[in-house]
Amino acid sequence: MYAEFGDTLDLELNRSLQALAAAIRARGLPWIRDVVPALCGIALYFDPFHPQLPASVLEYCRGLLEECFKSASKYEDSGRSVEVPVCYDLEFGLDLPEVSERTSISVNEIAKRHVKTQHWVLMVGFSPGQPYIGGLDAKLSVPRRATPRTRMPMGSVAIANAQTAVYPYETPGGWSIIGRTPLTVFDPAREPASLFAPGDRVRFVPISRAEFESHR
Amino acid sequence: MSLRILRPGLLSTVQDRGRYGLQHLGVVPCGPMDPVAFELANSAVGNRAGEAAIEITLLGPEIEFERAALVALCGAQFDATLGGHALPLNRPVMVEKGAILKTGRANLGSRAYLAVAGGIATAPVLGSRSTYLPARFGGHEGRLLRAGDRLPLAENVAPLSHKRYKSLSSKKAIAELRTVGWSTPALTLPEREPIVIHAIEGRHHAHFDAAARRAFFEATWKVTPDSNRMGFRLAGPVLARAEAIEILSEPACLGTVQVPANGMPIALMADRQTTGGYPKIAEIAAADVPRMAQLAPGGQVQFARCTLEQARELRRALRLRLDAAMRALAWMA
Repeated sequence: MYAEFGDTLDLELNRSLQALAAAIRARGLPWIRDVVPALCGIALYFDPFHPQLPASVLEYCRGLLEECFKSASKYEDSGRSVEVPVCYDLEFGLDLPEVSERTSISVNEIAKRHVKTQHWVLMVGFSPGQPYIGGLDAKLSVPRRATPRTRMPMGSVAIANAQTAVYPYETPGGWSIIGRTPLTVFDPAREPASLFAPGDRVRFVPISRAEFESHR
Repeated sequence: MSLRILRPGLLSTVQDRGRYGLQHLGVVPCGPMDPVAFELANSAVGNRAGEAAIEITLLGPEIEFERAALVALCGAQFDATLGGHALPLNRPVMVEKGAILKTGRANLGSRAYLAVAGGIATAPVLGSRSTYLPARFGGHEGRLLRAGDRLPLAENVAPLSHKRYKSLSSKKAIAELRTVGWSTPALTLPEREPIVIHAIEGRHHAHFDAAARRAFFEATWKVTPDSNRMGFRLAGPVLARAEAIEILSEPACLGTVQVPANGMPIALMADRQTTGGYPKIAEIAAADVPRMAQLAPGGQVQFARCTLEQARELRRALRLRLDAAMRALAWMA
């Protein structure tokens, strides 16, 4: 079940959804498997064959959302801050020339603008640990590429639709790559496994090619 | 206490009930493509629901048992032999220590589950033994089984299996194999194609043009060869959007049918991505996803429009059939 509360990126809305997700999780309903706060909505995944599943799930969830929305404590800033070193060399930032052409901003200036603003994790999804990060300099906002790449190199830092994503795995992707991080975004053997969680503050820090190598 | 893989088959993985509670971090549940056949296989050997089993696909593996074990192969109809004798499907069979189980091609359906008493005992990753191929973790080293792999079984698999075999009623020798005279039903096999799969209109149904909206529920779709555990790509009429709007990425679900810019729909299956930015034309009824999963590449499907209420009824009816089948398993109290 997916409930949408808006259709544009809004930090306040996004934060209230995270508080709502926490309130729903706190109910500990056995038939709800996953609660996923998204960019501007919330998804509840349930076990369709659970013996305690309410007869009318949709009605029940509607009521649950309303109740939890009222009772949800105000959004609490986790205070978590993630620093992401990024090498913005052309060797990694495969789409820098294209983004530069589209935005009429020089390649160097793109990197400068990207590290200057405060970013926030709005949602984690697509592949394990992959963050959708808001806070992109408005001048850098470009649409998705017309033809998606079949392979985004692991660690690629890419932008589209006023957001930044960091690719934890080599997967297909349609966003424009502007750099690469040497960090391991998701490692199931690490605690916590995911570098990013919804609500985290993110700062991108420019590093040189040599620093990138020494990070590995 | 292990199984030795002599030949891996086309696509064999370890799957348990799935990895839940981490979708907000982008971790998809995975788990069996056909959870109905999976549940029947576990019941047939006396396991709790959700124990890890081996999912085999289209062309099955050859496996040596280093311990005696009670096993059941449920789901698609595979050619299979145990110690040279035809293996009876969909029922518990006692495998002697050192015996070799060979599976060949699937004659009907495409996926079956080999459950072993006590379950496959690979180390859980993030709370589950399910293999997640795209991110390479879970199951056996996060990958497809290969020749030479040894899969751990429960430490007490032999005594547990003998004890459970003893408590089975209507025991019967079939072709010298120790088994029973009953079988679990096939609830998900594609008897006649095109199979009919129920689906409700998706969130973005209205974004498609009139011809596309009609075509989706009228056309016969063919599962293409590049389909996998992540998604089934469907070949048929091109589904055009009324207008090209960029939608924000949002959560997707098992059974979501999304349509990328090329107009070819993709039905999201067990290893799907957790979020996506393509418009959703339909959502497959939960009760019909396991039947969809039994289609092989080239398999044909038609979508029948249904309401949320009808989808709920289908789900209830399937649960009742599954419960009845499990009650009928002849375990002596």
